[in-house]
Amino acid sequence: MTPAAEAAPVPLERGILAQIAISIVRDRVSLFFLLVLVAIVLLAIFADRIAPYDPIAQSLLSINLPPSVEHWLGTDQFGRDVLSRIIYGARTSLLLGVTAPAIAAVIGTAFGVTAGYFGGWTDRIISRFLDIFLAFPALLLGILIAAALGAGFWNMVVVLTVAFAPRFARIARASTMSVRSEAFIEAAIASGMRTPAIMLHHILPNIAGSIVVVLTLWIATAVRLEATLSFLGLGTQPPKASWGNIIRDGLGNLFGSPWPIVAAGLAITLTVLAFNMLGDAVRDILDPEARDE
Amino acid sequence: MWRLVASRVLDAIPTMLLVLSLVFVAMRLLPGDPAVTLLGDHATPAQIEAMRARLGLDIPLWQQYLRFLWNALTFDFGRSFVNSQSVAAMVGLNLPYTIELTIVSTLIGTIIAIPLGVLAATHRGKAADYATRLFSLAGFAIPDFYLGALLLITFSLNLGWFPINGGGAGFVDRMYHVFLPAIALAFIKAAFVSRLTRSSLLEVLNKDFVRTARAKGGREPRVIYRHGLRNALLPVVTGLGLSILSTLSGSVAIEFIFGRPGVGSMLITGIETRDYPVIQAGIIVFAMFVVIVNLVMDILYVFIDPRVGAVR
Repeated sequence: MTPAAEAAPVPLERGILAQIAISIVRDRVSLFFLLVLVAIVLLAIFADRIAPYDPIAQSLLSINLPPSVEHWLGTDQFGRDVLSRIIYGARTSLLLGVTAPAIAAVIGTAFGVTAGYFGGWTDRIISRFLDIFLAFPALLLGILIAAALGAGFWNMVVVLTVAFAPRFARIARASTMSVRSEAFIEAAIASGMRTPAIMLHHILPNIAGSIVVVLTLWIATAVRLEATLSFLGLGTQPPKASWGNIIRDGLGNLFGSPWPIVAAGLAITLTVLAFNMLGDAVRDILDPEARDE
Repeated sequence: MWRLVASRVLDAIPTMLLVLSLVFVAMRLLPGDPAVTLLGDHATPAQIEAMRARLGLDIPLWQQYLRFLWNALTFDFGRSFVNSQSVAAMVGLNLPYTIELTIVSTLIGTIIAIPLGVLAATHRGKAADYATRLFSLAGFAIPDFYLGALLLITFSLNLGWFPINGGGAGFVDRMYHVFLPAIALAFIKAAFVSRLTRSSLLEVLNKDFVRTARAKGGREPRVIYRHGLRNALLPVVTGLGLSILSTLSGSVAIEFIFGRPGVGSMLITGIETRDYPVIQAGIIVFAMFVVIVNLVMDILYVFIDPRVGAVR
């Protein structure tokens, strides 16, 4: 459900990316999901070249068609090609699924490192706020903030950032606190190094691994949250295609064609599964103690 | 023990206050003037001014804040912009359906999850273990609203076994109406809780007292349920608490799909009609729900595991 990594800080060492790549390629299951993910990313990037039709072009002559050679996944109640909408939906999902957690990681890490490094009152105030945000499941927090802010792409970025940043902050705080007590930090302080420099050059590299693990796992949640919000009418607005609003449109057209719902749901499931599996694989390498099998 | 319970309750008060303050800030950040939204673009300045006064938007911000807190504490959420109904009454009408959905889905989820977790733990590395792992991987990846839509299409529309929408009247009818939506949420819950049961039980089964129980000739089911599961319960209760909270976010979408009454569908309708008092009440009710569930979980720990109390 939610990635909980309260463990010891994981540094991001040189060559670790190569190590991750090698072990993913060696493991057949991970390799499969990596390929799935690469395919989805390529679809998203080259959506305008790959999609057979314009995703928002309506046609009264081809409404609710079942899958056929011309329309692999059929058409919806507006005569739009479902496959093309799914392909463009990948673009929406991934764009948000990657941007928002990345922004949240930067902001959350900044707060977490500050709280963990200084301790005392700074920590107490930041932690109190974190506890409140953490008491809410990210999805619910997202829905509540979206309810207050309204729909739209940038509002969704804000929603996801606010929902996710505290999760990163907690990990960064815990990791920073344990790195903070290391001798080399004392040495850096004693040698007159300035605080921001210590944070950037000594703390950050030593906790970056933990952040990366959480980041890969939260991308899956971000994709799901985008779909949920768009499904509820709080996210991507039609006619722009998103997997969530394809299901929403489909629900209003149940007697017409079930294909859009089935296809869009499978797309979400497969993407979330792929990110989860790869996130687990990355975690197993960066943080072997966290694996539960 | 009671002192600990009291301190947890006291601890929840500042949390609640902060949550309410955040809701207040968020509602004031809303784009547009509620008075203008309510009256439409053609309203005269005088009309807008009168409406602002009626909504209490003309007094200083700190007074608005105090009034907001007082109203929230006394469950006075004002009247709906759309139909002038008392919002508190609307909440009272909808909340039981959401609670019902939460309870039924948690029960079904637990009934599926714990035996599955035990099965996986006692057959570690065997087919049953892998099967439950697949089950939970699927549960983590399938969005609840997708599962809900599939269930609705299959069992309500095509087979006609279950109602298409509504909440039902009378106990039996309500259970009939809640079943399918609850299954959609329970499946996802079971995926999470069964994994938790498995890992927690595996840890406990390695402990000395379990070996002792076996050595004394205790039968395997008895060892697992009396000695193992009972001690493995604490993390599972935590997991259940978390899963109840995530059911809340799921319930918003599920109520929407199945056309059920509930706080979630009230909130979504409120957003669609820009009914600010309804949106505000919906958010506050969900927030209170979260704080209360967390509080109850905290207190439950104290009773399940007395050591939690002793440490403090």
